[in-house]
Amino acid sequence: MRLIVHNMLSCNIRGVVNKFPLRIEPEKVIVKEVDFNPDFLKHMIAKIDWKALVDGARSMGYPELPDHPPTTLESDESFLRKFHHSLLELNLEEGSLVCPETGRKFSVNKGIPNMLLHEDEV
Amino acid sequence: MANRPELLAPPEIFYDETEARKYTSSSRIVEIQARLSERALELLALPEDDVPRFLLDIGCGSGLSGETISENGHHWIGLDISASMLNVAVEREVEGDLLLGDMGQGLGLRSGVIDGAISISAVQWLCNADKSCHEPRLRLKAFFGSLYRCLSRGARAVFQVYPENIAQRELILRQALQAGFGGGLVVDYPHSTKKRKEFLVLTCGSIQTSIQTSKNEHGESCSEDDFSEDEESGTVSMSDRNRARKRQKTKKNKKGREWILRKKEQSRRKGNDVPEDSKYTGRKRKSRF
Ligand SMILES: C[S@@+](CC[C@H](N)C(=O)[O-])C[C@H]1O[C@@H](n2cnc3c(N)ncnc32)[C@H](O)[C@@H]1O
Repeated sequence: MRLIVHNMLSCNIRGVVNKFPLRIEPEKVIVKEVDFNPDFLKHMIAKIDWKALVDGARSMGYPELPDHPPTTLESDESFLRKFHHSLLELNLEEGSLVCPETGRKFSVNKGIPNMLLHEDEV
Repeated sequence: MANRPELLAPPEIFYDETEARKYTSSSRIVEIQARLSERALELLALPEDDVPRFLLDIGCGSGLSGETISENGHHWIGLDISASMLNVAVEREVEGDLLLGDMGQGLGLRSGVIDGAISISAVQWLCNADKSCHEPRLRLKAFFGSLYRCLSRGARAVFQVYPENIAQRELILRQALQAGFGGGLVVDYPHSTKKRKEFLVLTCGSIQTSIQTSKNEHGESCSEDDFSEDEESGTVSMSDRNRARKRQKTKKNKKGREWILRKKEQSRRKGNDVPEDSKYTGRKRKSRF
């Protein structure tokens, strides 16, 4: 699971209010190279919950993101590279995602979060 | 489909390891799914500005449909209820992110973040009650409601579906419209029982481009459009759809030779038997006639 997904994913248990972001408990993090595409990054940045990304990257061992994104992205390649790396190249291979309200753990195996709910959670 | 897999077992049981492997090793299935996915992407009508988009593939299975998304230069999240199908997707090193989940429980995604969704041969599974707690209408409602929320305004969702009968088709369509979507059904090859393919084309919120299906005055129910094209006899009775095809083929951000070479290299590294690269690699095949 990459952080671009973590940034969109919330706990889907019925009745839960405080459902985002899921806390990352990493056991194994791997880096997979992805083609750098500034157009895609600029398209995505408006949709990104910045704090969740900063905290997510930090919990996966990458503390390089600034607390706030710069106001102009155009010329800031070094920032875009860091954003790219955090969003698309860090992969949670094994570990868990934890709901901030209920503490329910969703396990991640072979990079795939198991988001299936039990019958009484739907 | 003579024997419907939907009637045999729940999807997470039907698509077990054996079925998942069978599915992706059949070149016939691979080809059909690729063609359906290509058509679904075309109907998504994403802006042609060469900016990659962030898409959802619902019921992504082993990643056949997702691969078509990658080839067109976009990023995707794939959701599927079958761990075995997803395992095959991992083995095939698809580029999308995978989630194990049940669309009938609703998608737990934030609002307005997804640029578009496709779903190939999957949504009809929701029409079955596989467990005592399953009520198809409620599961469709949870699914379409959550999909509507996570799509950005003006985004589309295209579903290729195999409804079992008219009642199923209506149930699916009704739940989609109740969730707030506009749109309707596009039918390819309507007169061929074998090749007939249905696509539910939905638009979220304000409609940016008009959908090429006809609606009644209230925009509630939709009639089927007569898109037909007969490959065998080489006649085309609806020129619109052909034009859209051509436009897409010339799209620049389509992954070409380089992408194929990289994929082949990846596969070689895993020890697979991969055909050697040649000057023909990644070239378009001549049509057979
Ligand atoms: C015919 S396969 C198509 C797979 C893929 N879209 C393709 O084109 O190759 C249908 C897929 O839908 C999945 N599916 C069925 N019901 C589902 C549900 N409730 N939630 C998520 N996926 C489901 C199945 O597990 C299966 O992988």
